[in-house]
Amino acid sequence: MQYGLTEEQKMLQESIRELVRDKVEPRSIEIDEEGEYPWDILELFKENEIMGLPFEEKYGGQGADLMTLCIVIEEIAKACVNSSLILGCQELGATPIKIAGSDEQKMKYLPPLASGEKLCAFGLTEPEAGSDAAAMKTRAVKKGDTYIMNGSKCFITNGGIAETYCVFAMTDPEKGVRGISAFIVEKGFPGFDFGKHENKMGIRGSVTRELLFDDCEVPAENLLGKEGRGFNLAMMTLDRTRSSIGAQGLGVAAGALEYTINYMKERVQFGRPIAALQGLQFMVADLGMQVEAARQLVYRSACMVDNQEPGFSGVSAMAKCFATDTAMKVTTDCVQLMGGYGYMKEYPMERMMRDAKITQIYEGTNQIQRVVIARQLLGKS
Amino acid sequence: MDYDLTEEQELFKQMVREFALEEIIPRAEEMDEEGEFPYDIITKMADLGLMGLPFPEEYGGSGADMVSFVIALEEISRADASLGITMEAHTTLGSLPIYYEGTDEQKQKWLVPLAKGEMLGAFGLTEPEAGSDAGATRTTAELDGDEWVINGTKCFITNSGTEISKVVTITAVTGMTGDKKEISNILVPHGTPGFTVAPPYRKMGWHASDTHELSFNDCRVPRENLLGTRGGGFRCFLKVLDAGRVAIAALAVGLARACLEESVKYARERVQFGRPIGKFQGVSFKCADMFMEVELAREATLKAAWLADQDRPYSREAAVAKLFASETAMRAANDAVQIHGGYGYIEDYPVCRYFRDAKILEIGEGTSEVQRIILSRSLGL
Repeated sequence: MQYGLTEEQKMLQESIRELVRDKVEPRSIEIDEEGEYPWDILELFKENEIMGLPFEEKYGGQGADLMTLCIVIEEIAKACVNSSLILGCQELGATPIKIAGSDEQKMKYLPPLASGEKLCAFGLTEPEAGSDAAAMKTRAVKKGDTYIMNGSKCFITNGGIAETYCVFAMTDPEKGVRGISAFIVEKGFPGFDFGKHENKMGIRGSVTRELLFDDCEVPAENLLGKEGRGFNLAMMTLDRTRSSIGAQGLGVAAGALEYTINYMKERVQFGRPIAALQGLQFMVADLGMQVEAARQLVYRSACMVDNQEPGFSGVSAMAKCFATDTAMKVTTDCVQLMGGYGYMKEYPMERMMRDAKITQIYEGTNQIQRVVIARQLLGKS
Repeated sequence: MDYDLTEEQELFKQMVREFALEEIIPRAEEMDEEGEFPYDIITKMADLGLMGLPFPEEYGGSGADMVSFVIALEEISRADASLGITMEAHTTLGSLPIYYEGTDEQKQKWLVPLAKGEMLGAFGLTEPEAGSDAGATRTTAELDGDEWVINGTKCFITNSGTEISKVVTITAVTGMTGDKKEISNILVPHGTPGFTVAPPYRKMGWHASDTHELSFNDCRVPRENLLGTRGGGFRCFLKVLDAGRVAIAALAVGLARACLEESVKYARERVQFGRPIGKFQGVSFKCADMFMEVELAREATLKAAWLADQDRPYSREAAVAKLFASETAMRAANDAVQIHGGYGYIEDYPVCRYFRDAKILEIGEGTSEVQRIILSRSLGL
């Protein structure tokens, strides 16, 4: 059994690590403080061909697998969750097209996403349809060659700054979840607008807005896959992106722990570095254990997805849930280990704790992950 | 044994609860957002006698017992933890040392206006290099004729820079007894030359509370500003911190209760999968645990307060209450955001603020680790 990263993955990890240390980490506090999308970091990722990693070569990408993407997201999130979201959101928005897009749709929409020239977004959640995604009210009614879309989506990352949106809407409400279809909606389609900017606890360098559809005209050719297969497509997408959210959680946890370990070696109380105190050593030991376990689960789930191994859905739910619960636990304890300084904005830790919280909530709350896991273990009851 | 509050205490609780509901809750979100220090609310609290609860009427206080003080703190903190900490730090840290150790003259000059709420009190113990290791104080005070000459820095000092902050009690090394530092408390009025208040800290939470670094550069105060005996500083602040711990516990109970109440309300209203989410055990069990912990935290707090009222030792019980209640508050806040899902992560919902406010409770006035040290020692370890 071979266990571990390939030479190529190790080299990529090392180069991302350097890039993050030199260019991303120094911007991380500012990005949070200013609460603005880090366009400079997007440019940096474009220049270094990071945006194209998870896209096939024929669309201008590098054809990397999910495992590789997870390694990259982990490294970026160690220093800056906001910056890791640039890549994470692109993958979430593009995956439905990768899975269900026609050749024409792929040729039209994927290359500008792979180059980073355009951003994309994933529009599933609605005010009354959060964990219960099937309760969506957005309607799309076919009239000749267009679908007329009405409704709204909330908490959409990249809302307003993305050019390409994968939006889910009811085309046949009587059929329930089997009446949901997916569409590629472009910014600028008549009747498509953006609402409120959300003021969030963390990930303040990401844009979160409502999408508003008022008799929005979507060409029929922008239907993604078949009518009625939208919910399935959304679930397939989330099955494939969960590991990368796990990687985000893993990254912020590992980064927080690394920072705190350095702090503990320098901070002297009671005449010695606090790293010498057993109560704190045991805390760190527990955190280290959890980070390593999270890493193995995230990598394992990504490999399962890459190989399409049976049961990858449940394992990727475990990876997302465990790694993001770990992120919350580790960042909370790291604030603790840094004491009063951990609570102040001059240090990165309180931000990491605020950023960690969302990973337990978005792309399927950890309660929904447990539903998925329990269902796989117990069967549907 | 009697578990009931007296009729007087019960009426008092109702009065404070109504005040908090009418005067504080409607303002809390905005105060947090703007980082606004609510002078008008402090004045109203002073009019109700809430700023000097445990002090005798002859010194401008309300002559209340410790139980009533913690009841009031829970109610105020239920509405806003920032106001909770302002009231807490003012009463225990800022005013108690003068009440415990002050001469009648010092009490008339400082305790009376503090207890009446005309001034805010602050206590300068923590230093950059002396956090949990409070004995590592580096600030010095040397007698020069009839004056103390103070040099040093204090950090994270609550209530030290408002328009009504008029005096801070600081700990300083006034000499050496063998190789042991002689630590004393000295009253330093604001405006004394050489005493500088730095701009406010930017914190993760408690945005409507006032926290500064203080520096003393050849700052001269009269000899009679010594509070208590020379070398009596350590003993005094240990006694003050015991009371402070009970008070922080009450603050934590208030915040945890706020998390519980908001979570239950949301879980009853929010419908997903065709029923209120509170009907799912995954959510209702979280609320059940939260309720259990809030009850236990309150009981531990009341027990410590009651012991204090009986003039019995309560150091160990204070540590239990502070440790358990603050950890309860953090867990409750974390779960409250989780139960609210995406809505919990945006600042439109109060649980978002509760989350940011909770973490410091495990750090301020003796970290959880310091409480565990106290408990270990009390067990003879």
